[in-house]
Amino acid sequence: MSFSISKQGDVVVVDVEGQLIVGNRQELKQKVLDELERGEKKFLIDFSQTGYIDSSGLGVLVSLSKKIREQGGELRLANLNDDLQTLFELTKLDTLFQISDTRERALESF
Amino acid sequence: MAKPRVALDVEIPSDVRYIEQVVELAARQCRELHLPARKCSLNLPVALTEALSNAILRGNAISNGKHVRVRALVSDDALVFDVLDEGPDFDIMAERIDPTTPDNVMREEGRGLFLMHMLMDRVEHIRSRGNVIRLTLLRE
Repeated sequence: MSFSISKQGDVVVVDVEGQLIVGNRQELKQKVLDELERGEKKFLIDFSQTGYIDSSGLGVLVSLSKKIREQGGELRLANLNDDLQTLFELTKLDTLFQISDTRERALESF
Repeated sequence: MAKPRVALDVEIPSDVRYIEQVVELAARQCRELHLPARKCSLNLPVALTEALSNAILRGNAISNGKHVRVRALVSDDALVFDVLDEGPDFDIMAERIDPTTPDNVMREEGRGLFLMHMLMDRVEHIRSRGNVIRLTLLRE
């Protein structure tokens, strides 16, 4: 499991490889907060290479969304597979986040 | 009807870094038993991760020397996981909230028990020397 960060235009793109769970959620949170502190405002998390997410991983996404919004920014998500889509629907987090089918659509939506 | 057999029996330290390995072992068992793919890729991994993280973080309070045991029994109709910690008793129902209400959806915590109940066919709390969370996944 790892996270990689790249920049596409003015959007910070985070790829989550593997699981986003209790054992690594802090790493993701810190990486995004570091970028926020540098002044970045637009964030996209791409889950195309993600297996599953647990409740603490979902919690980190909620936390980051709040912190980014407080700084006048936006967090969007892309490429949820069917399992992850189900998870977001079960928890109603699909109502909280703007979720795109592809990275390209997500980038265009900013 | 065949007698249930032990499909997995492992013990890990109270450290969340061990969770992923145990969950992968469990998911492999799930796939080898030909349970529906969704149950092996979503239901079991997420629910078992929740049970393990509760056992490590809350039951054992990340205490050195305390362990979490995971035991899986397979029968003709179900795969049953027991997650055993060494912690004090707790009321599983009292701790459960509905994280989907408008008041709760923005909360950062509180989705673990909810997800276990949503993703498993049955969730039980059994008090023995520690806590046992029993997760039952039916084969169909």
